[in-house]
Amino acid sequence: MSDAVSPLNGAKYEGFVTVKAMGLQGMITFRGDLSAAKVKKAVKTVAGTDMPGQRECHMSGDTGVAWMSPDELLIFVPYADVDAKLDELHKALEGQHFLAVNVSDARAMFHLEGNGAREVIAKLSPVDMSPNAFGPGEIRRTRLAQIPAAFWMPDTTSVQIVCFRSVAEYGFNLLKTAAEPGSEVGMFA
Amino acid sequence: MSTRLATGGRLIDRAKTVEFTFNGKRLKGRAGDTLASALLANDQMLVGRSFKYHRPRGIVASGGEEPNALMNMGEDARFEPNQRATTTELFEGLTCKSQNHFPSLEFDVGAINTRLSRFLPAGFYYKMFIHPRSFWKHVYEPFIRKSAGLGKAPRDRDQDTYEHFYAFTDVLVIGGGVAGLQAARAAAETGAKVMLIEQTADWGGRAMVDGGTVDGEPVDKFVQKILSELQEMSNVTLRTRMMGAGVYDHGYVLGYERVNDHQPDALGPRHRLWRIRAAQTITATGAIERPISFAGNDIPGVMLASAVRDYVVNFGVSAGDRTVVVTNNDDAYRTAFALKEQGLDVPAIIDARVLPQDSVLMAQAKAQGIRVIMGHGIAGVKGGKRVTGVQLCSQAGEGAVLEDIACDVVAMSGGWSPVVHLWSHCGGKLNWDEANAMFRPDVYKAPMGDAGEAFVSTAGAANGHFGLGDLLEDAHAAGLAAATATGAKAPKGFDAPKGITVEEAPIQPIWLMPQGAGPKKRMKAWLDYQNDVKVSDVQLAAQEGYESVEHAKRYTTLGMATDQGKLSNINGLAILSDALNQPIPQTGTTTFRPPYTPISMSSIAGEARGEIFQPLRKTVLHDWHEENGAFFEPVGAWRRPYCYQQSGESVKDAVIREIDGTRNSLALLDASTLGKIIVKGPDAGKFLDMMYTNMMSTLKPGKCRYGLMCGENGFLIDDGVVVRLDEETFLCHTTTGGAESIHGHMEDWLQCEWWDWKVYTANVTEQYAQIAVVGPNARNALARLTKDDISNDALPFMGFKDIELDGIPCRAYRISFSGELSYEIAVPASYGRALWDKLRAVGAEYDVTYYGTEGLHVMRAEKGFIMIGDETDGTVIPQDLNMQWAISKKKEDFLGKRAQERSHMADPNRWKLVGLETVDGSVLPEGAYAVADGENANGQRNTQGRVTSTYYSPTLKRGIAMGLVHNGPDRMGEVIDFPKVDGTVVQAKIVDQVFYDKDGEKQNV
Amino acid sequence: MLILTCPCCGVAGEETEFAAGGEAHLKRFGPGSDDDQFHDYLFMKENPKGVHLERWRHANGCGKWFLAARNTVTMEVYGTYAAQTYEPPKEIKDKISAKVPGWSWREFS
Repeated sequence: MSDAVSPLNGAKYEGFVTVKAMGLQGMITFRGDLSAAKVKKAVKTVAGTDMPGQRECHMSGDTGVAWMSPDELLIFVPYADVDAKLDELHKALEGQHFLAVNVSDARAMFHLEGNGAREVIAKLSPVDMSPNAFGPGEIRRTRLAQIPAAFWMPDTTSVQIVCFRSVAEYGFNLLKTAAEPGSEVGMFA
Repeated sequence: MSTRLATGGRLIDRAKTVEFTFNGKRLKGRAGDTLASALLANDQMLVGRSFKYHRPRGIVASGGEEPNALMNMGEDARFEPNQRATTTELFEGLTCKSQNHFPSLEFDVGAINTRLSRFLPAGFYYKMFIHPRSFWKHVYEPFIRKSAGLGKAPRDRDQDTYEHFYAFTDVLVIGGGVAGLQAARAAAETGAKVMLIEQTADWGGRAMVDGGTVDGEPVDKFVQKILSELQEMSNVTLRTRMMGAGVYDHGYVLGYERVNDHQPDALGPRHRLWRIRAAQTITATGAIERPISFAGNDIPGVMLASAVRDYVVNFGVSAGDRTVVVTNNDDAYRTAFALKEQGLDVPAIIDARVLPQDSVLMAQAKAQGIRVIMGHGIAGVKGGKRVTGVQLCSQAGEGAVLEDIACDVVAMSGGWSPVVHLWSHCGGKLNWDEANAMFRPDVYKAPMGDAGEAFVSTAGAANGHFGLGDLLEDAHAAGLAAATATGAKAPKGFDAPKGITVEEAPIQPIWLMPQGAGPKKRMKAWLDYQNDVKVSDVQLAAQEGYESVEHAKRYTTLGMATDQGKLSNINGLAILSDALNQPIPQTGTTTFRPPYTPISMSSIAGEARGEIFQPLRKTVLHDWHEENGAFFEPVGAWRRPYCYQQSGESVKDAVIREIDGTRNSLALLDASTLGKIIVKGPDAGKFLDMMYTNMMSTLKPGKCRYGLMCGENGFLIDDGVVVRLDEETFLCHTTTGGAESIHGHMEDWLQCEWWDWKVYTANVTEQYAQIAVVGPNARNALARLTKDDISNDALPFMGFKDIELDGIPCRAYRISFSGELSYEIAVPASYGRALWDKLRAVGAEYDVTYYGTEGLHVMRAEKGFIMIGDETDGTVIPQDLNMQWAISKKKEDFLGKRAQERSHMADPNRWKLVGLETVDGSVLPEGAYAVADGENANGQRNTQGRVTSTYYSPTLKRGIAMGLVHNGPDRMGEVIDFPKVDGTVVQAKIVDQVFYDKDGEKQNV
Repeated sequence: MLILTCPCCGVAGEETEFAAGGEAHLKRFGPGSDDDQFHDYLFMKENPKGVHLERWRHANGCGKWFLAARNTVTMEVYGTYAAQTYEPPKEIKDKISAKVPGWSWREFS
C-alpha cells in the first residue's frame, strides 16, 4: 500500500475556495442492464446504496454510486477494497452480461470547499451552476475547460470533481486559477 | 478652449484629483472622469491623426462610437493599442499616447498626404499598386506594410489575468438605460430569472443627461427607484461595465465585463468574458447620433451635439467657449440649453429644416435668446487643428457664404440611429423608417432560436422609440413579453410607468450640407473620420460601378475603421443611394457582425494561457523523466521522452547509446501511453472480428495477437496487440494517439450499427502504468524481483501472465516492438513509480539504460515493423504493406473488407512497402520521393516511390529506411534515385524491410 | 452555438459538449454489395439546405450517440432521438411537417 501514490500527492490551494487533490479512491466502472433486478441488488450490496436514477449520484463518504449513462455506473468504494468488491460483483452477476473494471488509478479527484465553489465550476464548465439548476445528489459529466470531467456536490458548499489522471496537473491548475482571490463573481451569492 | 467648468459634472468627484500622462505630459483629472473628459478638461482636443491623410483628429463622441480618440494605452506588460479614450475610465497613473503620427502629434510629416488627397481617392491602392507586377513584392508591399495599422503591437507578455464565466438566465436585458431598466423590471415582476447588463459604470443611460419626467418625478429619481427595486429582487442579476458583445444561435450571448480596467492594481481578472445562455434577450441598446456631412466636419472641435452636452452634464467639462449647434432635428437644442445653463456662449443654432411653426424646444431656445437660423447650413468650417468658426449658407443652395460665425466648437446632429447591431447579429431584419430617417428592427423578422421561436426582442430607443412615454411603454411590454415567452405568468395590474414625451418637430434627413455642395466641398465632407472616407469617395465608388453596399464599403473602406461604421454607416449609404438614384432601403446596410465594439483577445483566450494553455497528458513517470534529462516530444496531448540526454551529450548520441544499451543488455521504456481498451461480452469475439482485419475470435485465452484495424474505407487506422484475458474478455492495445479515437470508433459501431450485440467496452488506458523491460538481460533482471516462473516455457512469446514483482501485483506480456527479449509489465498507475524504481534498482547490475520514443522508432524500423502514421497516412491499406498475413480470408466481413475490393485498391500498380538501403550508407531525407523517367501532365517529374521511415541505425551503423515503391517487392536489389532539396541525389537499393534478426531469434528466447 | 438535448442522459448542453457525426440512418453496404451501392454508401452523403437528420455523440458527457432532426438554415432543432432506430419517430416527423410542409430527406418525408 505504501507504494501507491495518488495523483498530485495531496496538493492543496487556498483561494476564495479551497482546492484539494484527493487521495486514492476506489472506483469501478460498471456497465450492464441497470434495470435488471440482479444488477440493482449486486450494486446495492457492493456500494451500500440504491441504484441511482438518471444523472443521480448517491454518495456517502468514500462509498456510493453515480449514474454515468443509461448502461454505465461509477461505483465508489475504499481504494483497498476494489479487488474484493470486483470479486463480489463477478460472483453476484455470474452468467449475466456486464462489465466491471477497476479504474481507481486512471482518475484524479479534486475537492472544492467554500461558498464560491459553484462559481469556480461555472468559470470552466458550460453548466448552469445556480442552486435551482444543480445541487447535491446529482452528477454532471461535461468538460472542464478543455478536458472531460464529472462533478457532484457532497453538500451545498463543496464540489467533487473527477477527471483523467494524465491531466491531473492541468485540472488542478485550472481550478486553482479559477479560485484565485479577487476573482469572485458574486453570481450565486 | 476646452476646460473644466466651475460647477456640474454628476459623475465626477471634484475633491479627488487623479493624475495621468498623455504623450509624456502629466495632466490632472477628477475621479469619475473618462480619459476623454479628462483630456478635454486639460484643453487637449487634438488626440490623434487619421489613417490615410494624417489629418488632425479631435474627440467627436462620448461613447463606444468614438472614431478618433484611440490611444496606445499603458506600458510594457500592460501596453495595449487602440483603446478608446471615451470608454476608458480614468485612474491614478494612467499612461497613454496618441497614435499614427511622426514625429509628434502636433507636427506630423505624414500630413503631406492631405495635400495629395486629390491623388488618393477611393480605390487608390487598388489602382496604384497593380502595375508593374514585379513591383509588388519589393516596392509596394513593404510600403503598404509600413503605413498599415494604427496603434503599435504589444511587445511584452500581458501581465493581467482573464477568465470566462458561464451564466444562464430566462431573460437577458442588454443596456441599462431607462428602457433596459424598465424591461428588466417588468420581466422580473413575473418571477423569471433576469440579468441586466450595462456597458458603462452607471445606470440610466441618456436620460440622466437629457432629463425628463416619469410618474411625475424627474427621471433620475425614477432611475434610482427602479434600480433599488431591482437590487432587492433575488431573481435579478445586475452587472455594470459589461457590454453585450455578440448574439449568436440558440440564445448564446457574449458579455464582455471589464472588471478591473478602471483599477488595474486590484486583485482579480482584468476582463471576464461571460458566455450567457438566455432563453430571451432584449436589446435595449439605445441609439447613436449621426454626424452631418459638411465641408470641414473633421476639424477638431466638430463634435456630436449629444457628446458636447454629455461632457458638460456628466463631467463638468466644456468642449469650448462658443458652440454653434447645427442640426436637422429638435434633440440638438438640448445641447444649447445645457451650455446656456453653464453660462457658455451659443452664437447660433443652425437648423437645416424649414418648418411651418416652432416646436416646444425651438420656442424655448428663442425664449432664451438663442439665435435660431432655420433653413440654413454650414458651407465650411474654419480652422486647422482647432475650429475657429463656421461659414453660414443656405441649405438649399450650393454653399454661397452668407456670414462667418466665430466659434470653437460645432455641435452637430444629423438625427439618431437605433443601435441595431445586437438585434442583427443573429439574423434580425431591419425596416427603413422614412418618417424618422432611420433603420429600426423589423419585429416580425426576429432572430429564431432552437425551438423555431423568436429569441431576441428590442426595446426603447434601440427600437426607434425616443420619447420617455413611448419608450417606457415599449420597454415594459418587451420585458413582459420576453418573460412570458419563457413560461412565466404576467402579473395583473402591473402597468408601465408614465413618462412624458416632449412633442418634437419631425426630423428632416440631411445627407449633404448644403444640398448642392460642389466637388470641392464634397471632398472635404468626411463620412469616416478614421479611414478618411469622404462623400466624394462614395460617389466615386458608385460612379465606378460599385453598386452593392458591401462592395462600396470595401472599395472605399467606409465603415472598416475601428468604430466599424457606427457613425458613418447611415450617412454613407444614403450618399450611395443618392448616387445610385435609388431609395435607401434598396441599398440596404452592410452586415452587422459581432463583436459590437472590439473585445480583448485575452478575454477570448480566458484562462487558457501559460501552463494551462492546453492540457498536457503526463504519465506517472513524468517527474522521473524530467529529473533525468528527458528531451520531450509531443505524441498527441502526451509528452513522451524522445531520449534522455546525459550531460554533454547530443540528442543523436543519446539515441545511439540508448539503442546500444537495449540491444546489448537491458533497458526500460515508459510505455504507459499505449491505449488499452477492455472489450467484454458473449459477442466480443464476433465484434473484434469486425474491428480487426485478423481473426480475433480464435485467439486462445492467455494469448496475444497483433492486429490491424481499418476504417470502412479500407485504409489502416490503428494497430496493436490484442490479448484474450478470458473467454468473454479481450484487452485491445492501441497506438498512443489512437486510444480515445479507437474507443470511440468501437462505441460508434456498437451503438449505431450492431446495437443488439452483447458487448461492453471500457477505456482503461490510464488505469495502468506500463513498463517495457527489454534486452537480453530482461528475464534475468525480472527474476530478481519475483518468485513466479517467467521462463520461456511458463511465459512464452506472445503470452501473458499475472505475476508479483517485489510485492506489487502485475501483469506481464511477452510482446516485443524492439526485436529483443521483452516483457511489458502493467501495474495500476498508482504503483507505476514504485515499480519503475524497483526495476531500476535490479537493473543497475545490468547497466540498465532508459530509452525514449526515438530509440523505440529506430529499433522497430531495424526490425521492419510498421508504425501507424509513418508507413500509413490515411491512404494506405494493409496490402500495400505486404500484410496479407494479417488479413483473414475466412471472414465474410470486417470493416474495410469491401473497400479493399474496389478496383483502385486491388490495382497491382499500387506502391508497396520495401526496405531501402542507401548505397553510400547515408540517411535518406524524410518523405523523399524516388523519381522515374519522364514528366506527368503538369510537367512535373514522374515518381515511383517515397520514403515512409528513415533513420540512422546504430545496430547496422548505416542509414536504413522503409518506403512505398512501385512494384517494390518484385524489384529487390534494384537501385533507385531520391533527389534531395539541395539538388544532389541519394541512391538507395531496394531490400527486404527487415534489417535485423529476420527470424526473430532474439525476441523468442 | 447550438444547444442539443441528449436523449440518453437528458442533458441540454451546448455544442462544445457534443461531436457531430455526419448523416444519420446510413444503411451499411459490405461485402457482396455492388460497386455503385458501396460507392454511394461511402461517399454520397446528404448535405441539404434545410431539414437534416444527423448523428451526434455526447462526447464530453455520457458518451452516447444519438440522432437529431435539425434545420441547417434556421438552426431549429425539431428533436433528438435514439440512435437505435431506422427512421425518425412520428412525432418528430409531424413536427417537421408542420414547420416545413412537403419536406423530404432520403426516403423520409
